[in-house]
Amino acid sequence: MKRKILLATAAATAIGGAAFAASHGMMSNKLVLVSWGGAYQNSQVKAYAEPYKAMHPKVEIIWDESSAEAVAKLRAMNEAGNITWDVVDVVASDAIRLCDEGLAMEIDHDKMLAPAPDGTPASEDFGELIVSECFIPQIVYSTTFGYRTDVAEWGGKEPDDVCDVFDLETFPGKRSLEKRPINNLEWALYCDGVAKEDIYDVLETEEGQARAFAKLDTIKDQVIWWSAGADTPQLLADGEVVIGSTYNGRLFDLIVNQKQPVKMLWDMQVFDLDGWIIPNGLPEDRLARALDFVYFATDTQRLADQAKYISYGPARKSSAPLVPDHMKPHMPTDPENAKNTLLYNYEWWADYRDDLDAKFQAWLAK
Amino acid sequence: MTTIVTPRGTSPSLTGFTIPLTAALGGFFGLLAGSANDMVLAGLVAGAAIGAATAWVLARFLPDRRRGKWATAAVYALGGLLSGGTTGLVAGGVIGLVMGWFALWLHSGRYRAGVPVYATPLQVLWHNSYLFICGLIFFFLIAPIIVVIPLSFNAEEFFTFTPKMLALDPEGYSLRHYRDFFTNPDWQQALRNSVRIAPAATLLSVSLGTLAAIGLSRPHVPFRRAIMAILISPMIVPLIISAAGMYFFYSRIGLQGTYAGVVLAHAALGIPFVIITVTATLVGFDESLTRASASMGAGPVRTFFRVQMPLILPGVISGALFAFITSFDEVVVVLFVGSAGQKTLPWQMFTGLREQISPTILAVATILVTLSILLLTTVELLRRRSERLRGMSPG
Repeated sequence: MKRKILLATAAATAIGGAAFAASHGMMSNKLVLVSWGGAYQNSQVKAYAEPYKAMHPKVEIIWDESSAEAVAKLRAMNEAGNITWDVVDVVASDAIRLCDEGLAMEIDHDKMLAPAPDGTPASEDFGELIVSECFIPQIVYSTTFGYRTDVAEWGGKEPDDVCDVFDLETFPGKRSLEKRPINNLEWALYCDGVAKEDIYDVLETEEGQARAFAKLDTIKDQVIWWSAGADTPQLLADGEVVIGSTYNGRLFDLIVNQKQPVKMLWDMQVFDLDGWIIPNGLPEDRLARALDFVYFATDTQRLADQAKYISYGPARKSSAPLVPDHMKPHMPTDPENAKNTLLYNYEWWADYRDDLDAKFQAWLAK
Repeated sequence: MTTIVTPRGTSPSLTGFTIPLTAALGGFFGLLAGSANDMVLAGLVAGAAIGAATAWVLARFLPDRRRGKWATAAVYALGGLLSGGTTGLVAGGVIGLVMGWFALWLHSGRYRAGVPVYATPLQVLWHNSYLFICGLIFFFLIAPIIVVIPLSFNAEEFFTFTPKMLALDPEGYSLRHYRDFFTNPDWQQALRNSVRIAPAATLLSVSLGTLAAIGLSRPHVPFRRAIMAILISPMIVPLIISAAGMYFFYSRIGLQGTYAGVVLAHAALGIPFVIITVTATLVGFDESLTRASASMGAGPVRTFFRVQMPLILPGVISGALFAFITSFDEVVVVLFVGSAGQKTLPWQMFTGLREQISPTILAVATILVTLSILLLTTVELLRRRSERLRGMSPG
């Protein structure tokens, strides 16, 4: 069965890709891909770029690890009239911003992306993960906690609830949290007794915000704030913090590849999406190459392949059965891990981001 | 007071001077050790007691400075080994050396060696504090660089002194990050780019900078100061401003994201260094030599290469080295003017630090530090040679 799907995918990819290329005339032989570096970019190199290169040996693929400042850089490029990137990996919220500003190209998902092996059109296969007209979803990742398993002061107890992060009595020690309000305020309210479905309603009010900050105040002097995904793994490995939040793939790398005494705390993990966008205003030949690459790199098999190298869930429904069994327990979407989760609320944060960012910075400085 | 003002060679009071001060230093070390183990007060008291005992024993039984110092180090190292294994051995040895030296330095009256006999106690205190502060500044400048070097031999994927490393276990050390640097295509590409960009930028800055310096040293050139100020401005204007300006300008004329663009940008940054060093050598240049050369029938070009160039060569070379290091270390401008195809070593280190804290960066840093030390040593040797040639310093 699996073999059949594989063959079907391969055939569909080959035919689809060829037909697409033919209809678009000349294609540039240089492709600049922008991503996040680290283990994540490695998984993309292995799952997408290397097989693509094998099919098109003439194409030179250049990687730029600039996704963290993609919005600012695309704005500058647009202003200077000189777009040097072809395909850019961004988080969903950045894709929404870039789309609103007209910096990213609108995508016709059914025409430009491969259908599922059983013929389901791409827009249905990705479903509600297409959060913007310009966004081509790739993976579902989560921001969640990891904790050290060898903390003597905990007396053998291990945290199994996100609110244990706020419990300095039972689980003393330094924590690391991301240096931004997103996720931290939600966790704080949840642990202050707000029901999950009411979190954003409460957070809209001044009192609700004060309540969230008050909850964070209880652990503030024990928090080390991180801004790069690699910080928490480093701090956990050092023993400088005993529990810390970061992207689940980074923790997977820390636990499975680096064999550090750390475990996952999946409770109340916050789901988010990451995917490709194509900048607006590319010349014809480069656009053709970018579209050809994206068609290939987001088909069912390729997305499932990526999950071999990093523990992020593929964005297509049809990819899920193809994920290798040994990776399944590490996926944020695994039923065992996803008992209690939160989905990052893009629309709400789009409205409140600036205000709460300012309040958060002011609170940090207090 | 009278106990402190001792003539050279006689010992100051043991109980009123040497023992309390050594005890204070011991207390300081004890405080450090104690706070690492959550026993601040106990550490302070124990450290002070050990310090006092050390001073007394040394002054009584082993007043010879060299032997006393090493004997203390040995005793402390043994104590460290018994209480904290190999780590304790090293730490104990170092602290013992410092304590032994300090106690005997006080006891022997050597602390007055650097000041005249008539100096008051306050002057002596100031003299030694001054030396101490200088040492501290030096330490704070150097320590971060020194720490990087052993960490780059880490066997793990993190910026961490692992227990194995602290125990000096060979298994805790490895060359894997150096191996990664020399085999990883990303780093190799970055190294290739740096090696292609820096020499080209250096060559350009040296040719243009030397010519500019010679031109500006001629008295008849109008607006010399203004021109000089403009040429030096890349050194003064904040780098990020130059970088943003270059980004938009180079984008317009199609130089952004090209090899030539990065070389030009780095040359602009390097030119001020060349102008400054060459102008400095030209100050001592005797113009009558060029007139003598001209009177013998040599044209200006011939005069330049045969007479002027050899004499100002040390300035040109040290300017070139500064220009080279500027280009080789530069990250801001290349992030703007370059594109992913021109990724240089500092660019790769910058993204590597942000996205993935890998000790490969430390390995590269160690290599670069070594390279910089070699280059700067060369500059210093050349400078001395040039001064010697011009008779400004003896031998």
